Amino acid sequence: MEENKILEKSVLCADTVSLIIFSPVIASKAKAGQFVVVRASEEGERIPLTIAESDAAAGTINLTILKRGKTSSLLCSLNKGDYITDVAGPLGIPSEIEKFGTVCIIGGGVGIAPTVPIIKAMKEAGNYVISIIGARNCSGLIFEDTIKKYSDQYHVCTDDGSMGYKGFVSGFLSQYLKENPGKKPDRVVAIGPVLMMKAVCDVTGPGGIKTIVSLNPIMVDGTGMCGSCRVEVDGKTRFGCVDGPEFDGHLVDFGLLNSRLNIYCDEEKVSNEKYMEKHECKMKI
Amino acid sequence: MQNENLKPARKKIPRNKIAEQQPASRIKNFSEVELGFTTEQALLESERCLMCKKPKCTDGCPVEIDIKGFIELIKEKRFSEALEKIREKNTMPGICGRVCPQEDQCEKTCILGIKNEPVAIGKLERFLADYGIKNSKNNSQGDTGLKNNNSKKIKAAVIGAGPAGLTCAGELAKMGYAVTLFEALHKEGGVLVYGIPEFRLPKSIVEGEVEYVKSLGVEIKLNSIVGKTYTIDEILESGYSSIFIATGAGLPYFLGIPGENLNGVYSANEYLTRVNLMKGYLFPAWDTPVKKASIVSVIGGGNVALDSARTAKRLGAEKVYLIYRRSEVEMPGRIEEIKHAREEGIEMVFLTNPVEIKGENGWIKKITCIRMELGEPDESGRRRPVKIPGSEYDIDTGIAVIAIGQGANPVLTQTSPDIGLNKWGNIIADDIGKTNKKGVFAGGDIVTGAATVILAMGAGKVAARAMDNYMKTGVW
Repeated sequence: MEENKILEKSVLCADTVSLIIFSPVIASKAKAGQFVVVRASEEGERIPLTIAESDAAAGTINLTILKRGKTSSLLCSLNKGDYITDVAGPLGIPSEIEKFGTVCIIGGGVGIAPTVPIIKAMKEAGNYVISIIGARNCSGLIFEDTIKKYSDQYHVCTDDGSMGYKGFVSGFLSQYLKENPGKKPDRVVAIGPVLMMKAVCDVTGPGGIKTIVSLNPIMVDGTGMCGSCRVEVDGKTRFGCVDGPEFDGHLVDFGLLNSRLNIYCDEEKVSNEKYMEKHECKMKI
Repeated sequence: MQNENLKPARKKIPRNKIAEQQPASRIKNFSEVELGFTTEQALLESERCLMCKKPKCTDGCPVEIDIKGFIELIKEKRFSEALEKIREKNTMPGICGRVCPQEDQCEKTCILGIKNEPVAIGKLERFLADYGIKNSKNNSQGDTGLKNNNSKKIKAAVIGAGPAGLTCAGELAKMGYAVTLFEALHKEGGVLVYGIPEFRLPKSIVEGEVEYVKSLGVEIKLNSIVGKTYTIDEILESGYSSIFIATGAGLPYFLGIPGENLNGVYSANEYLTRVNLMKGYLFPAWDTPVKKASIVSVIGGGNVALDSARTAKRLGAEKVYLIYRRSEVEMPGRIEEIKHAREEGIEMVFLTNPVEIKGENGWIKKITCIRMELGEPDESGRRRPVKIPGSEYDIDTGIAVIAIGQGANPVLTQTSPDIGLNKWGNIIADDIGKTNKKGVFAGGDIVTGAATVILAMGAGKVAARAMDNYMKTGVW
């Protein structure tokens, strides 16, 4: 079997796709919290994608992608049997996994995917795992079965209330902490949109609950060579790719992260429009 | 010897000027600035060589090319043989002919240069390399034979497909080793593809050199980050008898001043990687974008700073400042690149250092700079720049590129804590590349800190010989 071949594709919801990729070396090395850098074509950009699941025995990794810009759309359009041009990794520092006691793991939107290996690893390390996942609506709640299987408590939130708690994961967490004052988690791990991670940190800050967030800054090489992924943590400049992607959420400058994520907004629009045009033309033919 | 009769006229031939794209047109494209010698020019230039009995030029060359030897062959129009003469010592003449700082090396020691201008050795080297590409059929015959002779099957690994790694891998393959070259990026070439711009070193030249190394039987594994995908110990355990680490200077330095993380502030590594490796200048045909602005400020005085400034100009900037804390004489950049940059309208702002970057809504707007004066010489022998109190002023700018140097990237060494490092994180290796870890050699920028392409190639070559000796004898 050849490297970087897509062995399976599943459409998890309207705009989120899981690709199972044959990548035996990365699969044998990948630890919870790590990511790969991929290119979807010869002219493609390099983008980081967190590894959702890896299976060393089968030699596969799962990349779960939200269709957003050109590169993610291109990746989502690939099918079983296709190849991903380049996959490099595993990169980044793995999640800190040990027996902390009670660990609350929160995933929002496509950020649910990278919580899966962390939930598994935290459970296997002997923690009491409370999983909270959130999405816009019930169709966005992905990896439910796996997460349920490895969690002691499992909660879902939807913005529209179509399933579980109506509202954001941070709102649910706040309510949960109030209702269970004796069960303060020893650690919270939150992965998802910047605003979600910030909101979770705002909830856990006053109680002093250590909260780890996984940052998704723009990267080029992913190996510490360019500094595109600069973030500020505790007032110091760190590289998301080699010093992270996980950091203490209470020390992260989320405003800066958000600002830097929007550097190429205009260019992304140009790229996306061009891609859509081409895509629609093809559809017409 | 048949040229004896030309002797009296020789010195009167002025140094041949290489044809160049004119500044006004070249700042609108990324094509190569220098167009190369014509055959006539190369022949005429070769006549300038004094054919010294004890040539000093070779002493100035880090890889000791027989310069007199190849120039003599040019004179006799034996271009293929002249190229082979260079290749005896340097497998990448197309690259060195373009990017070596000849003024500090071979041409500096050229006897003709004492009273006149030295022989244009670099341009002749480039001429031969280009000749070789144009006539590549004649050129690759010897290589196939080498590949088939590869029967020893002793495995050697090289980490990093930049100038040092490619050279070392090529040398080892020629000696008959089964060589695997691990490269972290999706393309081979290292700094030659991500750092040096197309207009100074066309990527087709680098691809040609990579193909040559491949033709010697070297197996290249791309997207393989040693330290992450594999560790040094895993490579040793999987049957490689020796390893050469040549991971380069892949860690950008920042100024450490307020505002440096504002949008629009780039490290030179990022700026150049986006443009060169990722072909950002072809956006949106290629996907990777790079920001453009009408005013761009580049901080630094070396070749990387000059490359960044000239790149900004080609991306459409009206004004490009090169802000350097020392004066022109201390600039580490090649004289030729400084000249080219000036011709292209890059404005040099000497004795000036940024102290703060100011922004609005997250984007850079101004750089506050302070004027400097030169004080006593520092450890580098250059006069130390000293701040002039109260001389701060603002420079409006849309983009800033920080090109103040690169350090050692720790991704590999973090997972090999048993390899000795100096206080800057560079691997400690002796003059043949030996590290403190048995079987492991290192060379190029990861050992020396950011230096030149030719020094890295030289280190790759020296290490290959030492590795050969180690693998043959087992003596460490």
